[in-house]
Amino acid sequence: MAIESITILGGHGKDGGEEPVRRIDLRMGDVVSIVGPTGSGKTTLINDIELFADANTPTGRRILINGAVAPAEFRDNPARNPIALITQHTTFLSDMPVQGFLETHARIRTDVGEPAESLVERTLAFANQLTGEPILVRSRMTELSGGQTRALLIADATILCNTPIVLLDEVENAGIHRSRALELLRAYRKIFIFVTHDPRIALLSDYRIVMRNGTVRQVLHTAADERKFSAKVTKLDDFLSRLRERIRMGESLTDLEAELEAVA
Amino acid sequence: MKLVICAGPATTGKTAVLRHIIKKLRDGGQLAAFLKIDVQYAEEDELLAREFGIPTRKVYSGELCPDHCNVMVLGDALQWAGKAGADVLLVETAGLCLRCSPYVDGGLGLVVLEATSGMNLPLKVGPMLSLADVAVVTKIDRVSQAEREVFRARIQEVAPAVRVREVNALHGIGIDPLLEHIRQTPHATDHMLLRGNPPVGTCTICVGKKEVGWQSHFGVVRPLENQAFYRGE
Repeated sequence: MAIESITILGGHGKDGGEEPVRRIDLRMGDVVSIVGPTGSGKTTLINDIELFADANTPTGRRILINGAVAPAEFRDNPARNPIALITQHTTFLSDMPVQGFLETHARIRTDVGEPAESLVERTLAFANQLTGEPILVRSRMTELSGGQTRALLIADATILCNTPIVLLDEVENAGIHRSRALELLRAYRKIFIFVTHDPRIALLSDYRIVMRNGTVRQVLHTAADERKFSAKVTKLDDFLSRLRERIRMGESLTDLEAELEAVA
Repeated sequence: MKLVICAGPATTGKTAVLRHIIKKLRDGGQLAAFLKIDVQYAEEDELLAREFGIPTRKVYSGELCPDHCNVMVLGDALQWAGKAGADVLLVETAGLCLRCSPYVDGGLGLVVLEATSGMNLPLKVGPMLSLADVAVVTKIDRVSQAEREVFRARIQEVAPAVRVREVNALHGIGIDPLLEHIRQTPHATDHMLLRGNPPVGTCTICVGKKEVGWQSHFGVVRPLENQAFYRGE
């Protein structure tokens, strides 16, 4: 089944009040951010999407695929599930070596018609573009750093699972190259949904879903002015990343003042 | 009345799954009775009785293996649940050695496995999985998509006929198909047979006597009402 859109039909907030935004349509190729204060219901919203909520979760929301209720097989068989969810808690538990692990996964993906070796190679190449230190294929999955784990989770979902919808919950804390990730992900025609507090990811999205008190308050499309402005935000953020990196390496920062003036 | 036997390693979420089943049965106007079989400690019976006001019991198997104990008390338990007016008897068993399978023909056999227990777990479980009707997979949100898929593929490798149902036992998502399995289960009868052959041993069950109910056995037996005692020569 080719997925063209997912639809979120509004439910109710924690206090029982009706959700202000009654309908959001997300189309293939969209990159979306979910923003809002801590506790505003961002994670609950992506859980609703991942569960194909049908007025049977605490929010009363409904999720439609191509305008209709999701087929039962989506929930029944994870290999048919069009949604990959990567949360702060999602992790690899296996202690297999990276190469063996990815091959194991690729071998049960018999439906894609691409040899396991080439799938594994592409997945690793993708992941390595997101990480600082490249992933060694002989290291065990449980030895990977937080950033490498996140990078491999995203690469596995995007390439090996090839799921049309990828939900990413606060990946910015994991130390991956965010701009590079968004650039790479845009090359795939999928729906990417980021739960984020990161201005950089929010401004690189097509629109942002604004949450408050358990409900969707509004949908803000990234304005032309915001897009222009996002280049500066990226520079400022890069500067802070370099700063962080130099502190990490035990360097002195006295020479950075002029650069800060230039960026700000 | 229908019989559902739910097995699975400790802490996989058997009770969480059964709690949602009890609730959905109640919403459909059906009364569940609940029997917990464990080795030396269980409080699920008290929690579920308090939460739902349903008839519940527990049996400590003590020196018997819990699945052995299950065979012994099941005949009495069906009568107890029948007298209590239950539509479905849910039996939760600890099933510790994994070699036995507590399911009986004519009852629904559920095995609850957690996705967090590692991709190769399905290869290690044996008849507790392969003789079940449905494998319920819990804690799916805690592992990578890759491991979730491999876990399911491994179940189907060792148990091709077993239906796999992923559930979110926190939110109660994915429970409805289990209710459908219960609906399709025939009513329990007086003469029920254990589904599998237990491992080689010297007790009546171990040597292959599969009749349910302690009256059919000798050696160390265990009625629902009393402690284990010796019966026979």
